[in-house]
Amino acid sequence: MSAGAVTDSHQRADQAVFVRREPSPALPPPVTLTGPIGWLRANLFSSVFNTCLTIIAVLLIAWLVPPMIRFLIIDAVWTGNDRDACLVTELQPRVGACWPFIGERLAYFTYGSYPIAERWRVDAFFALLAFSTAWLLWLDAPRRGLGAVNFFVLLPIASYLLLSGAPILGLPAVDTALWGGMMVTIVVASVGIVVSLPLGILLALGRRSKMPAVKLLSVMFIEFVRGVPLITVLFMASVMLPLFVPPSWSPDKLLRALVGVALFSAAYMAEVVRAGLQGIPRGQYEAAAALGLGYWKTMGLIILPQALRITIPIVLNNYVALFKDTTLVFVVGIFDFLKTIEVARNDPKWATPVTSATGYAFAAIVYLIICYSMSLYARRLELRLGVAEPRRGRARRRLRVPEGNGGVLGQP
Amino acid sequence: MTERDPAIEMIGVHKWFGEFHVLRDINLSVSRGERIVICGPSGSGKSTMIRCINALEEHQRGRIVVDGIELIQDLKRIDQVRREIGMVFQQFNLFPHLTILDNCTLAPVWVHGMPKKDAEALAMEFLTKVRIPEQAQKYPGQLSGGQQQRVAIARALCMRPKIMLFDEPTSALDPEMVKEVLDTMVQLAMEGMTMLVVTHEMGFARQVANRIVFMDDGQIVEMNEPEAFFNNPQHERTKLFLSQILV
Repeated sequence: MSAGAVTDSHQRADQAVFVRREPSPALPPPVTLTGPIGWLRANLFSSVFNTCLTIIAVLLIAWLVPPMIRFLIIDAVWTGNDRDACLVTELQPRVGACWPFIGERLAYFTYGSYPIAERWRVDAFFALLAFSTAWLLWLDAPRRGLGAVNFFVLLPIASYLLLSGAPILGLPAVDTALWGGMMVTIVVASVGIVVSLPLGILLALGRRSKMPAVKLLSVMFIEFVRGVPLITVLFMASVMLPLFVPPSWSPDKLLRALVGVALFSAAYMAEVVRAGLQGIPRGQYEAAAALGLGYWKTMGLIILPQALRITIPIVLNNYVALFKDTTLVFVVGIFDFLKTIEVARNDPKWATPVTSATGYAFAAIVYLIICYSMSLYARRLELRLGVAEPRRGRARRRLRVPEGNGGVLGQP
Repeated sequence: MTERDPAIEMIGVHKWFGEFHVLRDINLSVSRGERIVICGPSGSGKSTMIRCINALEEHQRGRIVVDGIELIQDLKRIDQVRREIGMVFQQFNLFPHLTILDNCTLAPVWVHGMPKKDAEALAMEFLTKVRIPEQAQKYPGQLSGGQQQRVAIARALCMRPKIMLFDEPTSALDPEMVKEVLDTMVQLAMEGMTMLVVTHEMGFARQVANRIVFMDDGQIVEMNEPEAFFNNPQHERTKLFLSQILV
């Protein structure tokens, strides 16, 4: 209680009765809390330990970044037709990345051995995928429900027709053995992404089911797949799947790998969704039951929309991991993006001491860009969901809005 | 089935949670339009009893007949009974991802197959009745506790139930919001709704109840009209309880 307030209200300090007549004024915060100095103090030098970390981080950056920039940009070779351009000579004593190698083989890294005349189909697939993904992910897009149908139903069909071919539509069939490069990486990742979520939801519901058989099967599947490495699943899909289906129906190599990746990530997705389901309070189930909603309506209208909303950031995180895991399909003889680089770096035409490093640096940059943008989107979405949906607990207390006062917070 | 038949009939109902005998030989008959207030110390089985009436809890022995339909473990029957009964919970249990209007229209649309437009008109009618039509487009998290509980009442009414169950509807509310919810419930009682209310609001009990049921230790200890219940309790447990609650 400041002395000023007491004087203002004509009270004596020793009196127990007090009535404030004027509000105490708001003062600006002290300088040490604001401005660049305040920021530095709060974020970089708030304690001895943090100061040490800051110094170590600065030293690490100074040690690692300049050589990287020298290799990738300053010493890099930008033009040339074959290995001679990237060799150490008297004219260029230091050689960094050999970018003409990447430039020449870029088409191979993108399409693999897909017939050159048909590559427009892959481009069309990329365009369609970009459009559909943007429609699905852009939160303020019009008709988002239709966007989801497009992504989960129309896109897979159109992609299959485009890439695999449909002689009826005048698109000659292209054998999957010719597929390769980024196109295969994206196909494998997209199939994993599109299939694993719905399958994971079913598995998660199965695991929480009251029917013992359904529950047992779900638990067995999830725990078995989670208990073995992806490589094992891929080998099994590749070697054992043909044993289970009739020989005449023998699925092709890529399809087997797709099944393996999809089942693998579905098991992980099931656990993510299960965590989300466990976050929904029992009262929600009871309220739905009391209104007379059955199991599927309760799940579809009440529980899953809330559970998935909580899990979206983790689901996207799983997708990033899945995208990186697709590089493992090379073990069953599929030429994904990384494998095409692996093949190209052994090409005698470009055999130089820096070719491998250049290829791997390029792969790292491409993966970094794709995965980092997925992470960025996940983080933005998380922020937005956190703001858009004031939920139970503290948030609700803070957000009590008096009647008649138009919403303080924007609608989601 | 005539209007004379009881709305709810519980005969010799027993229930166990594992080894724990929560409901012991409950016999209660509620006629149409009757308003019953159930009180008693915590853990006495009040909530469990009314949750058995719409099968949120399963009873192990005895019979429960709601509106002429006997509750047995048959999902179709249970859903049929639940459509006749509206329920209001202590924690409101509104659906946080839906607007107030969608909270109210969900069940009429998906359970009764009512066209969306009609359901919205119905929902607005009940939201007006609980005096918050202007909040229809907001989300539950943006409303005060009292407002949320009134929405929960409107949501239950949208199913046009014959019976309403209230499970401590004002216990989770800040004190200044209790009245607005009780007023809504009094209004509902005046319109002749059959109501079973678990509550500690003794003023409300005096005002609207036809009968008061006092439970302790899983049993109905005393049941009487409010006047007699408050002024002349018979059982020792009732006297003790009333002396503690009516300070």
